[in-house]
Amino acid sequence: MDLLNAFIALSNFVLIPGIAYGSQLALGALGVTLIYGILRFSNFAHGDTMAFGAMATIMVTWLLQSWGISLGPLPTALLALPFGIAFTALLLLGTDRVIYRFYRTQKSPPVIFLIVSLGVMFIMNGLVRFIIGPGDQRFADGERFIIRAREFKAWTGLSEGLAFKTSQGITVITAVIVVAWLFWFLNKTRTGKSMRAFSDNEDLALLSGINPERVVTITWILVAALATIAGVLYGLDKGFKPFTYFQLLLPIFAAAIVGGLGNPLGAITGGFVIAFSEVTITYAFKKVLTYILPDSLDPTGLVQLLSTDYKFAVSFVILIIVLLFKPTGLFKGKAL
Amino acid sequence: MKKMLMATAATALLAGTASADDVKLGILIGFTGPIESLATHMGAGAELAISEVNAAGGILDGTNVAGVRADTGCIDNGLSTSNAERLISAEGVSGLIGGDCSGVTGAILQNVAIPNGMVMISPSATSPALSTVEDQGLFFRTAPSDAREGQVMAEILMDRGFQSVALTYTNNDYGKGLADAFQAAYEAAGGSVTINAAHEDGKADYSAEVGALASAGGDILVVAGYLDQGGLGIINASLDSGAFEQFVLPGGMIGDSLPENVGPDLNGSFGQIAGAPGRGSETMAAFGEEHGFEGTSPYAPESYDAAALFMLAMEASGSSDPADYVGEILNVANAPGEEIYPGELAKALDILRAGGEIDYVGGSAVELIGGGESAGSYREIEVQDGANTTVRFR
Repeated sequence: MDLLNAFIALSNFVLIPGIAYGSQLALGALGVTLIYGILRFSNFAHGDTMAFGAMATIMVTWLLQSWGISLGPLPTALLALPFGIAFTALLLLGTDRVIYRFYRTQKSPPVIFLIVSLGVMFIMNGLVRFIIGPGDQRFADGERFIIRAREFKAWTGLSEGLAFKTSQGITVITAVIVVAWLFWFLNKTRTGKSMRAFSDNEDLALLSGINPERVVTITWILVAALATIAGVLYGLDKGFKPFTYFQLLLPIFAAAIVGGLGNPLGAITGGFVIAFSEVTITYAFKKVLTYILPDSLDPTGLVQLLSTDYKFAVSFVILIIVLLFKPTGLFKGKAL
Repeated sequence: MKKMLMATAATALLAGTASADDVKLGILIGFTGPIESLATHMGAGAELAISEVNAAGGILDGTNVAGVRADTGCIDNGLSTSNAERLISAEGVSGLIGGDCSGVTGAILQNVAIPNGMVMISPSATSPALSTVEDQGLFFRTAPSDAREGQVMAEILMDRGFQSVALTYTNNDYGKGLADAFQAAYEAAGGSVTINAAHEDGKADYSAEVGALASAGGDILVVAGYLDQGGLGIINASLDSGAFEQFVLPGGMIGDSLPENVGPDLNGSFGQIAGAPGRGSETMAAFGEEHGFEGTSPYAPESYDAAALFMLAMEASGSSDPADYVGEILNVANAPGEEIYPGELAKALDILRAGGEIDYVGGSAVELIGGGESAGSYREIEVQDGANTTVRFR
């Protein structure tokens, strides 16, 4: 019974939040890694692209809600998601046309692109705040919980409760579907193969008749989809506020780099590595250990490695360790 | 053209300011910044006391009193000290009603009030640090220290039979001060604090913080935060994960938006906020309605009282010189003497002129202790059916 209680407590505060957060980071890191692999630069505007995508989806959600359209127990935002992706894709293609293409024809070095993307980041930052404001926005509707902590306790008779939010369930399922589809697309379709060829060797790809502008366009559309989905899932799970997306940029980059920049599998692994390290290192294990250990060994302290204030620091420590010992990341990406 | 502009500007400056013979009181509070919504009512409260005295013929043999407003920005030390300098050197005020937020109040006191020998009565600075600051007897406040709120909160918890609590506070002077004061009082009363952890405002996700709080355990969670900020996030994350079901809500968490945002799960949570019972606050409410401001808005009664204390002390000492009247402030504020409520300032002045004694009660039940800060009374709040309900006064 005690072991079961310990497992439930761990699931409630570490496993479930970690898996949901890891999926959100993985989707974000996939976008970063795609841009790095195919367009060859670190896109600092990615966090704010996620914010823009989430914002566009929220606007459409509100419109649908005002028309009385809903998905029953599921959040209406899922219905609005395709529209959000479309708006974000338009924005990204526009940005590419107006800004990035100029530097691409100049064959500017990646560091110039990086600085340019920093500028784009600030503009998107302002754009999102200008349209929806800097404050919190609530747009989640439908059933909030799959399992409620109180009901779980009554139902199982355990002393620990387990909560499983609808947003967490949707996050995990959507992430699995999106990742599976992306891998199928990159490995099996003609377009996907041409993108990988472009990524491996640009000149060779051009020689074999691949249209670079088409590859770039499709990459931006994929990135828009990934960023919007990640942004909306994060917003559904934790609430939308433009500034938190800007902060999210750091763990997302850490995830992409830890996994190996340019490597999709690495981005996913990196996302979960970062998420679980953040959650486990800042979790106080007192309760879990009290259940597992015999009474005489009960911990008196909190058994917390780092205070939760240092959450963001954790991802950077891991990032530094990985860069020191394996500069290409866990899954042989490109070295920075 | 230039001359005309100057002339207009000069007239604009002169308009509303008082004549040279008036006794002036600086009203130095945050008309802009994080508590600007409260400052309007605070300023109106102070000016109401001044106009009441003037209507009764002024102080010191018919001298009128004039209020001069200036801004602190609530968190802007530079702005508030330069405005305090201006009030003293250019306007020639005889006392400062203010500052409002604890940080700027300390800055004004150290940099301006003490060097100039100016008396300050703050209506709203509540940091416990201001109790022990070296003020050379020049600093008073009609708002209670958060140390007092910590004690009251500990009493409420003990009365309700909670022996162990988890405690989280917003990571700033207010949160830390209140949390430490509460922990000391609660442990002295025999309770145990399982964890005392900070949270940052403005984050999206508080599940990690709540995880640590839940792991430490405790019968109830004390949330010394802000109701539109991290405090709300902590409560939502606690309810979502089933970590805590009942919460203690100090002053920063009391407001109508909290029960609205959290929903029925908040019912049964309780807390406290500064507020006085009875005649004083009722009169202030009526006054506010009459003069177009909220008389019971937080710290508006305290502002009225701060202004009243200045004028009564001046009358009692027969002088508007800070060095002369400063000794009278405690005498007019505390017993013995006839109790004075809002709207009775004329009566108070008469008693003082006749050589009698008064015990100023005012809108916030003023009782100055420990070298000049309000003993403080609190409303005990319980969330019932989605609304903050006052259960009793402490």
